[in-house]
Amino acid sequence: MSIDYYREGEPVADTKAPAGPISERWEKRRFSGRLVNPANRRKLRVIVVGTGLAGASAAATLGELGYRVANYCFQDSARRAHSIAAQGGINAAKNYRNDGDSVHRLFYDTVKGGDFRSRESNVHRLAEVSTEIIDQCVAQGVPFAREYGGLLDNRSFGGAQVSRTFYARGQTGQQLLLGAYQALQRQVAAGTVDLHTRHEMLELVVVDGRARGIVVRDLVTGEITTELADAVVLASGGYGNVFFLSTNAKGCNVTASWRAHRKGAYFANPCYTQIHPTCIPQSGDHQSKLTLMSESLRNDGRVWVPKSKHDERHPADIPEDERDYYLERRYPAFGNLVPRDIASRAAKVVCDEGHGVGPGGLGVYLDFADAIKRLGKKAVEAKYGNLFDMYERITGENPYERPMRIYPAVHYTMGGLWVDYDLSSNIPGLFVTGEANFSDHGANRLGASALMQGLSDGYFVLPNTISDYLADGPFEAVSEDHEDVQAARREVDERIAFFLGNDGDRTVDSFHRELGKIMWEYCGMERTDEGLRKAIGLIRDLKAEFYKRVKVTGKAEELNQQLEKAGRVADFFELGELMCIDALHRTESCGGHFRAESQTDEGEAKRDDDNFSYVAAWEYGEDAPVLHKESLVFEYVKPTQRSYK
Amino acid sequence: MSTDLQPRTAATAAKRAQAARKPWRSNIGLKIAMAVSGVLMVLFIIVHMAGNLHIFEGREEMNAYAAGLRSFGEPLLPHESLLWVLRIGLIASIAVHIWTGIVLSARAHHARPVKYAHRHKNRGESRNAYLNMRFGGIVIFLFVIWHLLDLTWRTVNPVKDVHDAYGAVVAAFDPSRWPVTVFYLLALTALGIHLRHGIWSAVQTIAGPDTKWRKRTQAIALAVAVIIVAGFAIVPLSVTFGLVS
Amino acid sequence: MKLKLRIWRQADADAKGRMVAYELDEVSEDASFLEMLDVLNERLISEGEDPVAFDHDCREGICGACSLVIDGQPHGPQAATTTCQLHMRKFRDGDSIDIEPWRAGAFPVIKDLVVDRSAFDRIIQAGGYISAPTGTAPDAHAVPIPKQDADAAFSAAACIGCGACVAACPNGSGMLFMGAKVAHLGLTPQGQPERATRVLGMVAAHDEAGFGGCTNTGECAAACPKEIGLDVIGRLNRDFRKAAARAA
Ligand SMILES: Cc1cc2nc3c(=O)[nH]c(=O)nc-3n(C[C@H](O)[C@H](O)[C@H](O)COP(=O)(O)OP(=O)(O)OC[C@H]3O[C@@H](n4cnc5c(N)ncnc54)[C@H](O)[C@@H]3O)c2cc1C
Ligand code: HEM
Ligand code: HEM
Ligand code: SF4
Ligand code: F3S
Ligand code: FES
Repeated sequence: MSIDYYREGEPVADTKAPAGPISERWEKRRFSGRLVNPANRRKLRVIVVGTGLAGASAAATLGELGYRVANYCFQDSARRAHSIAAQGGINAAKNYRNDGDSVHRLFYDTVKGGDFRSRESNVHRLAEVSTEIIDQCVAQGVPFAREYGGLLDNRSFGGAQVSRTFYARGQTGQQLLLGAYQALQRQVAAGTVDLHTRHEMLELVVVDGRARGIVVRDLVTGEITTELADAVVLASGGYGNVFFLSTNAKGCNVTASWRAHRKGAYFANPCYTQIHPTCIPQSGDHQSKLTLMSESLRNDGRVWVPKSKHDERHPADIPEDERDYYLERRYPAFGNLVPRDIASRAAKVVCDEGHGVGPGGLGVYLDFADAIKRLGKKAVEAKYGNLFDMYERITGENPYERPMRIYPAVHYTMGGLWVDYDLSSNIPGLFVTGEANFSDHGANRLGASALMQGLSDGYFVLPNTISDYLADGPFEAVSEDHEDVQAARREVDERIAFFLGNDGDRTVDSFHRELGKIMWEYCGMERTDEGLRKAIGLIRDLKAEFYKRVKVTGKAEELNQQLEKAGRVADFFELGELMCIDALHRTESCGGHFRAESQTDEGEAKRDDDNFSYVAAWEYGEDAPVLHKESLVFEYVKPTQRSYK
Repeated sequence: MSTDLQPRTAATAAKRAQAARKPWRSNIGLKIAMAVSGVLMVLFIIVHMAGNLHIFEGREEMNAYAAGLRSFGEPLLPHESLLWVLRIGLIASIAVHIWTGIVLSARAHHARPVKYAHRHKNRGESRNAYLNMRFGGIVIFLFVIWHLLDLTWRTVNPVKDVHDAYGAVVAAFDPSRWPVTVFYLLALTALGIHLRHGIWSAVQTIAGPDTKWRKRTQAIALAVAVIIVAGFAIVPLSVTFGLVS
Repeated sequence: MKLKLRIWRQADADAKGRMVAYELDEVSEDASFLEMLDVLNERLISEGEDPVAFDHDCREGICGACSLVIDGQPHGPQAATTTCQLHMRKFRDGDSIDIEPWRAGAFPVIKDLVVDRSAFDRIIQAGGYISAPTGTAPDAHAVPIPKQDADAAFSAAACIGCGACVAACPNGSGMLFMGAKVAHLGLTPQGQPERATRVLGMVAAHDEAGFGGCTNTGECAAACPKEIGLDVIGRLNRDFRKAAARAA
């Protein structure tokens, strides 16, 4: 590997996970952690960035405990955080179906689903806490789906063999988030949480090696202020928008995490991205985002493409024997229900060969004709009506009469800021929760487990582990005039001044789109040594051009959406480069990371456990990033090759 | 520290708690008062309408009915007791109805100070109710004043004999006074529209039915409104067209 | 397709705004309404003009951020559809389209098409929750909830807090939004202990924020992208009447 791209540093020393039997570790950690006396909590300030599942649950719980919390989000209301968009459901090892589920099985499935690139201790804790999450949410009034007997309904999800997914129609994320949001608003009324909406964190303040605050911009007035505290929690979500087109909300960004990374926090496994197989394909250059169609559609829909290349016929005119049901053909055991990474890649393969349908040949059919024949239109409508309606609104095509067209799209980022077992980054006082951290999903996230992780982190894990850190507080007061605080502010001011002063001629979006294309082409579903090297070059060139030609209109002291975007895209450039470097250095295939050079004879992902059974934690370096390896130990689940044939 | 952690919300929370202790001054509280007064007036008006139909039984019957109202309960109760109970109830209802109407309309006006540049046809269940009710209500109010001058106080009615209600009615709608009849019909239309919305609206405000019952209430409101308008209108029409004289 | 747009432009909260006309060529039928505005904004920026500010985030009809009044209708002409899910094929070549912000005293304009909806958060703060401190919950199956109640609670909970109901209401009333939350929580057994204080608190916050009263006009329900019905307003009235009678 060319030394220009990165350097290797010391391995990560300690993840702080307690030793001993895995099922006792979390209990042990909770007991060994120091507590903060209730009277002292009032003297401790905690900043929480983000009001998604991970942020709102943490802020509300810390507020209830009596800490003084300042909570931030860039949307106009905490309720609009991107978690609201999750559709499918949330896992929990309740075993309400008596179908053999248990904490251990959820733990096992999640480690395996992550293709053996996650930490056993963390995943086990997640599985343990999962049951408490459901209890908590029900107590808050979350209207989960129920059966006629009045008990909670479950469904199986993402190829799991047990029914452990709790759901609320197709709006699970919304209902869970509203539960957390309402708990948060209760604390706002009680005065324990000071909530700042339409505020964006632009810099982390590190004083004497500890995270002590953030610099924020009021997105309405443009005012820049500094908020100082005893600890900072980042719950700022994922960075899938580096691809420009993704299923994420338009505002999702990496800025909070990236600013912390630049201040010394490690960024782990940045290249692990999840590409979801069932999204509505792009229809043209105007496209601003891609829409997910719930994975549940694959339960009844059959995926196919025409056997002949560039077939422009109406799907109804293509006879059965000229159709290729390629998932059923290649994976007879799982058929249309293979996991996300496998279904996505298979779609890419047939489209690359020229069998794709729809604009640009980037789409495959998801056909309900058989299901309608078998179950009747009514039954199909009852099950998927709202999804069909959504599809029709977006594409103008009626999926009852014509098969849906779907294509994979970027959906979730498993990578994120590195944290230890306590959810603390390597900067003391900086904690990271939810999609923003890297911790629990390894190289591939199973369906319905991101919601679980966000709430687990926010309601149960962080409030317990952060007290151990805060027990040393309150830390010595930091003055606004402190050199490090001033420096952080200055960086923000200078960046804004640069954007507004730059006499460019290209819009921010045009750069973002171009960056996204590079990322998708070379760091998307399939990655090669050659492609990644090329991408790094392209990104560097584009970044140079960005700083030369980007044009931002308006002023700093007003609501200026272009200015917001410019800062986010600037950070995406640096992140994109790191993602490519990470993908380049990991010459194995695992989960969502598919290196063309590392595949089995049948074209499946091939892991290289001897050389890559580690977390890649990257340290920011001016010239080149520094790689710190955290090796992964598997005591309970022995790594095997995943097979879905 | 620039953003101080003084809970910004504590002060407003206290203020709000205070407001919550006076629920009847809230929009919904006033609306309930309006609905109750409206329903009382509806009851009065139904009785009134039924009473008016005595006119088709002839002068004697009609006047006996009117006298009966006045002498109800005599000699145990003083003269016109029932009528005064009704009147006081009615005056109170009108007062409450108008007062709440003014306060709520003013608040609504502040809540929606700017109009849309592009006006679009309404598509709700009671289109334009807010306008019909407010302006219709004013028409009804003007009508009642005329009506009292005409048939109760007889200020503008040729028949001054209080005991001859029949005569007064016949005189009021004499074919020569056709504009009066037209005015009555217009006012009745306003009343009908007012009640078509008002009756279901009052049920919605007081009882809060589910969707099924809301739809039923809307149908009932329409039926009652039509019956009331028809029941009233038939009297002036019959007189004007000479069916009753 | 070719479009004539008239868009409300207002530099900031204190500025006087006005409708400004723009012409847009070559709009794709497949573009969403917001993508159409993206195209306009790209052009405005290249011409050195300030792009049109509008709120949006998820662009799939669930976050409640997008908020445009299109030809006098909040979220535009398509029923049960948010602005971001509205697609240009609903319009015809050569159409003129008027775009305005939500109009309500309680939702002041911040800039162009962006309004301040924090009043909704304040209503929730005044009681739109169930007090269930983290970690105190009994097992989720401890209290079964009849399916009909759970489904009805869900339908009310589907509200995305967009504020179209207020924008559509001739009285600038937030009754549909408030009713949706009162109905959602009131339909669950967990919501019972706070049922009375919740409704009194929320109504007080609603009025204080400057929302108007309800005359049961029904424009709100017609505009609601999540098809929240007027029955939630009925429920709200009922809960309020009972709570107020008890408080008095
Ligand atoms: C379409 C879709 C469907 C999904 N479906 C499922 C599912 O069915 N099951 C499942 O388990 N998972 C699902 N996921 C994944 C899951 O929804 C997310 O991973 C999870 O909700 C992330 O939660 P979070 O709290 O970490 O972040 P988010 O909800 O993204 O919240 C981020 C918060 O940080 C704030 N923020 C970000 N940057 C800044 C900044 N610089 N300054 C201030 N504030 C900032 C934002 O305002 C926001 O409040 C889905 C994801 C998508 C895109
Ligand atoms: C004196 C003149 C009147 C005025 C100015 C008036 C005005 C109004 C107004 C502004 C409303 C509110 C509409 C709404 O909020 O839905 C209303 C409602 C109503 N009015 Fe009247 N009105 C008058 C007379 C009457 C009469 C004579 C009756 C009955 C016979 C009546 C019955 C009702 C009813 C039942 C309601 C519904 C209350 C509710 O929605 O809760 N009104 N009126
Ligand atoms: C159009 C047909 C109507 C006729 C023929 C009619 C007739 C009369 C008569 C004869 C009286 C006098 C009764 C008496 O003093 O003995 C009267 C009183 C009254 N009418 Fe009508 N009326 C009509 C419609 C209405 C309507 C539509 C309203 C209300 C909106 C109304 C409200 C009243 C009131 C308030 C009084 C006074 C009652 C009292 O003396 O306390 N009337 N009406
Ligand atoms: S009730 Fe409907 S219109 Fe009102 S905020 Fe909720 S979703 Fe929007
Ligand atoms: S439109 Fe307004 S008047 Fe009531 S029924 Fe809806 S809040
Ligand atoms: S942008 Fe989220 S609902 Fe429209």
